[in-house]
Amino acid sequence: VIRRELDDDMLEQLEELLITADMGVDTALRVTANMAEGRFGKKLSTQEIKELLAAEVTRIMEPVARPMPLYPSKPQVVLVVGVNGSGKTTTIGKLASQFRAAGKSVVIAAGDTFRAAAVEQLQVWGERAGVPVLTAPEGSDPASLAWDAMEQAQKDGADLLMIDTAGRLQNRADLMEELAKIVRVIRKKDPDAPHNTLLVLDATTGQNALSQVKTFQELADVSGLVMTKLDGTAKGGVLVALADKFGLPIHAIGVGEQIDDLAPFDPEEFAAALTGLDR
Amino acid sequence: MFESLSDRLSGVFERLTKQGALSEDDVKTALREVRVALLEADVSLPVARDFVKAVQDKATGQAVTKSVTPGQQVVKIVHDELVHVLTGDEDPGKLKVDNPPAPILMVGLQGSGKTTTTAKLAKRLKEREGKKVLMASLDVNRPAAMEQLQILGVQIGVDTLPIVKGESPVQIAKRAKTQASLGGYDVYMLDTAGRLHIDAELIQQAAEVRDVANPRETLLVVDGLTGQDAVNVATEFDDKIGVSGVVLTRMDGDGRGGAALSMRAVTGKPIRFVGLGEKMDAIEEFHAERIAGRILGM
Ligand SMILES: Nc1nc2c(ncn2[C@@H]2O[C@H](COP(=O)(O)OP(=O)(O)OP(=O)(O)O)[C@@H](O)[C@H]2O)c(=O)[nH]1
Ligand SMILES: Nc1nc2c(ncn2[C@@H]2O[C@H](COP(=O)(O)OP(=O)(O)OP(=O)(O)O)[C@@H](O)[C@H]2O)c(=O)[nH]1
Ligand SMILES: [K+]
Ligand SMILES: [Mg+2]
Ligand SMILES: [Mg+2]
Repeated sequence: VIRRELDDDMLEQLEELLITADMGVDTALRVTANMAEGRFGKKLSTQEIKELLAAEVTRIMEPVARPMPLYPSKPQVVLVVGVNGSGKTTTIGKLASQFRAAGKSVVIAAGDTFRAAAVEQLQVWGERAGVPVLTAPEGSDPASLAWDAMEQAQKDGADLLMIDTAGRLQNRADLMEELAKIVRVIRKKDPDAPHNTLLVLDATTGQNALSQVKTFQELADVSGLVMTKLDGTAKGGVLVALADKFGLPIHAIGVGEQIDDLAPFDPEEFAAALTGLDR
Repeated sequence: MFESLSDRLSGVFERLTKQGALSEDDVKTALREVRVALLEADVSLPVARDFVKAVQDKATGQAVTKSVTPGQQVVKIVHDELVHVLTGDEDPGKLKVDNPPAPILMVGLQGSGKTTTTAKLAKRLKEREGKKVLMASLDVNRPAAMEQLQILGVQIGVDTLPIVKGESPVQIAKRAKTQASLGGYDVYMLDTAGRLHIDAELIQQAAEVRDVANPRETLLVVDGLTGQDAVNVATEFDDKIGVSGVVLTRMDGDGRGGAALSMRAVTGKPIRFVGLGEKMDAIEEFHAERIAGRILGM
């Protein structure tokens, strides 16, 4: 086994490895510095270096690896938000299927009343998951659908109400206000709702994910994250920066387009993929 | 959240100018800041590295070291070089839609904006160039993908190929071709399912569609918020399917859009359009200066 000295050159290479995984410059610097502490000048093999680096990433990620909490409220309201095309609708389909399999009764509200065929898309997911989908006409107010859905889900005694929303970029103040209004309306029916507000992030997104979390948290009180599209080559390293800055729990990851392609977030596996560590 | 390059550099040079004349080393320090600024703007690392190298020669010249405002000078050199790379050497001109019916193939990752962009471009071709356009969805994977394109077609007054369930993408492409010829269309656009660049099977399927249609343009639709993965995506799509141009979507966001530089540098193909919203008119031709300014936070 070839061993190399842990020096500035090597640290820079490690930083670059993490940067190419979308960790961002600041966080990459910090992670490599922590990893090197007390080890500078030591001779290490590539495997040892990756293990140390992965261990550091795992350490940061472990506190945020938490499944979506379930509450006794009926219904527990799960609002799903995020920028356009991040995977909100697909994730709702996958989650609904998991909750169904766990014996929960689930209702979905098709709160994206804007995008063409958004409702039809969700209806297919509802069929796949075996869950009813409440809809409103295209162009109608999503807040009023949320109100109706709350009423319906309460009447039906559903365990979970999952509300899909239209994709919106966080710098669109008007659309963010629309979201805030949906939350206000839901709270009129149940002051504790939404019990979970999931922000769905696309793994291919770079540093903009930081701005997404910041703004969505401010305006919609995000309670947890889901990262999709980790089945590609994007490593989702921005999650490390997010864990550091916001500490929001990561409930699940999307690893494909099929109904079962949703997995719990596993910090060790994530760290290994990020650092290129063979396990 | 992000410092602009000017801010970063003025900090560096403020420290440096106190020491008197600038050395080559000082310029190196400045270039390190340039590198960080590019990376924070999501320019892919190998692309940022090459770019900084290219800037280095220009920046070590007299202009910077003698300048009274070396920070501004470096920013200008970086900006100009960015514009240069983003523009490329030749003007790509208009989309190639001569020889009717001209096929345009749209490809990209899941959710990048292909279907929306297909409709936006169809509307543009119809309204600005008076073209008769046919749109066809080859997306047999995503729920209601075909309906999505059909609804958009009705909204913008552009025909869509009738939906026939159970056909393969290649079969649909053939039907679109026939329909476009018989129906006297100038252009037919093939919207495809989103696919990962590493999904060998789906990439092969797209290559088969390409071989059937012989597209005049193959546009890679890329999310403007893409991070470091942009190099992988660009390389694979270009190698395996061959792209003639790039469309960057969601540039109405507050992302820096570094993917633009990565895409251009890796494929050498022009960025043709920029998507600026969800509405059907929210698309513009690409302007290198605007993107360069964004990447630098100017
Ligand atoms: N490869 C992969 N594709 C995914 C994953 N999750 C979602 N997708 C795909 O990404 C695309 C967009 O997903 P949607 O669920 O429609 O995204 P959305 O956030 O609801 O989009 P809008 O409602 O338009 O904002 C679809 O083609 C999905 O099949 C994932 O984990 N991996
Ligand atoms: N803000 C903004 N949203 C956009 C833009 N282009 C597309 N979108 C939105 O992004 C989401 C995904 O767009 P689609 O056109 O469905 O993407 P796609 O590539 O066809 O997705 P798949 O077919 O699932 O792979 C939709 O919500 C669109 O409205 C843009 O330039 N700006
Ligand atoms: K990422
Ligand atoms: Mg959706
Ligand atoms: Mg599509």
